[in-house]
Amino acid sequence: MADYIRKISKNTRSNLITVGTIILIYLACQVLIGAGMMSFLMKGLLMQFCYYGMLAISLNLTVGILGELSLGHAGFMCIGAFTGAFFSKCMINVIQNTFIRFSLALLVGALSAAVFGVIIGVVVLRVRGDYLAIVTLAFGEIVKNVLNALHIGIDSDGFHAAMGAGKLELKEGGTMIIDGAQGIIGIPRNSTFTISVIFLILTYIIISNLVNSRSGRAIMAIRDNRIAAESVGIDVTKFKILAFTISATFAGLAGVIYAHNINTLESSKFGYNMSIMILVFVVLGGIGNIRGSMISAVILTLLPEYLRFLKNYRMLIYAIVLIVMMIFNWSPACIKWRKEHSIKDAAFRLAKKVFKARKEA
Amino acid sequence: MRFLSYLIEGIRLGSVYSIIALGYTMVYGIAKMLNFAHGDVIMVGGFVVFTVMSIWGQSPILAVIAAVIVCTLLGVTIERIAYRPLRKATSLAVLITAIGVSYLLQNLALLIFGANIKSFTSVFNLEPIRLAEGEISISGETVVTIIACIVIMIGLTTFIKRSKTGRAMIAVSEDKDAAVLMGVNVNKTIATTFAIGSALAAVASVLQFSSIPSISATSGAMPGIKAFIAAVFGGIGSIPGAMIGGILLGVIEILGRRYISMELSDAIVFLILILVLLVKPTGILGKKYHEKV
Repeated sequence: MADYIRKISKNTRSNLITVGTIILIYLACQVLIGAGMMSFLMKGLLMQFCYYGMLAISLNLTVGILGELSLGHAGFMCIGAFTGAFFSKCMINVIQNTFIRFSLALLVGALSAAVFGVIIGVVVLRVRGDYLAIVTLAFGEIVKNVLNALHIGIDSDGFHAAMGAGKLELKEGGTMIIDGAQGIIGIPRNSTFTISVIFLILTYIIISNLVNSRSGRAIMAIRDNRIAAESVGIDVTKFKILAFTISATFAGLAGVIYAHNINTLESSKFGYNMSIMILVFVVLGGIGNIRGSMISAVILTLLPEYLRFLKNYRMLIYAIVLIVMMIFNWSPACIKWRKEHSIKDAAFRLAKKVFKARKEA
Repeated sequence: MRFLSYLIEGIRLGSVYSIIALGYTMVYGIAKMLNFAHGDVIMVGGFVVFTVMSIWGQSPILAVIAAVIVCTLLGVTIERIAYRPLRKATSLAVLITAIGVSYLLQNLALLIFGANIKSFTSVFNLEPIRLAEGEISISGETVVTIIACIVIMIGLTTFIKRSKTGRAMIAVSEDKDAAVLMGVNVNKTIATTFAIGSALAAVASVLQFSSIPSISATSGAMPGIKAFIAAVFGGIGSIPGAMIGGILLGVIEILGRRYISMELSDAIVFLILILVLLVKPTGILGKKYHEKV
């Protein structure tokens, strides 16, 4: 057995540890829920941990591994959420089986987000750095804006679509599916904590295996030096679009799960603030560190909730914590200070002293 | 005739965007950072004017001066406390810090002034100009905004080209290390840039909120993003670019809103931005990107 464990590659072992930890936490949560020891607030947050974790991991692929700043990740999530929810709403009477319907909704959401991932991926090839940040920001705002104006309804003649409020005329008995700023109402609440955890694990495994694969190394080579990567025969176009598309797909999946967890899906939720929030998860978790993204997504979702006792000062404190954390993490002066005062070093010095004293004795 | 009045409305909005975009573009050119908190400095400026005029009942001139002073100090303070320690850190870390500052300012305003939208008394008390037998009416705010934009544009270009500080700014933006060797105080130059950018934000806030006329804690965010996009549109780091980008953006937004769709006007602006960047990846007047191997 020990021999077998040694044979497993380092990457697989670390993946197993992470997945094992997630499963353990999941089981612990289930036990707590079963024993009735989990507060209502916490139960609501569990799902959020999962889809924010998925979003953070998928954004880390673009920001950390590909090295391109994206400020429009919420746009992909929004596309996934709306197409998935639209599908579920339309098919609610056609496909009675919840499992099949929800699986198809997930597929539809992920695929449509992937299509937009390819489109943005093509733009990525042209534009670079801060300009790309703006393009992605603009993309997110376009998605939000268009969905905010989009009205789709169904009546005996079939589907009708219109841009702008009050332009859609439905026959009697017709129902509005996407109602502009009001969004989609009454989505079947199909996503559960178990499903979300399964998809979180799936996202983690796929992306971390991608990073450690040949393609992942190619993507990182492009990040570190595009010209050098090109000169050794790495297809920059292919890998950039690949990374963007995979990232978008998982954001879309997270969107579908999100949409099936709430009653009303509004496009205004997916603005620039949501994209920034996901980016903050990635940066604080460590750029390029996939496990870190998950952990920081959980902590930063919990933090505002636990700061609730501060009432109006809550977001203020959150902002200050954010600034202080960034300065503490990244400022050269702070890094130096941390090196001088690290516990690890102090312990090492102490051990050295003890060892020396013993030797002398 | 109607087209003309829409065009003037667009130029007014564009002028405000230009003035805000100048702050973005100068800071980007010199400190190479995206200052996301710039939009919220506008909001602070607006609230200072609101406090001095509507709460304390002082004169509009005093209010404008107070706003400029407060915003300048605020800009310099933000730079000193939040951005300077991160001068050598990755750009992403600075970006997140800027976002943190933006949240901080928004929530401070929320705490002090509450979540309600406040009505903003216009600083200018001018009669609208009527042209073509009253078919076109240009409000006093519009005239002042356009004039202010032109004056600022000329003033800033002269300042940067002629003055010692201005030339130091150019030097720092071209090559920070070489500028240090030439005896330029980089920290001081960057602080000056932030001061100028924030003072311009105060001016923009007066112009913008006088013509809306309402203000809330988040009303700086959207003009901030639009101005940022205007700066990129024209080529970030370029001062005439910010001007052209701002005015084009304002005109496109208003024409899109009037002729195509009220709700889709923002989407149209952003779509055009993406298309422009696809054709010219560094904006209209942006410097060409040279890659060294």
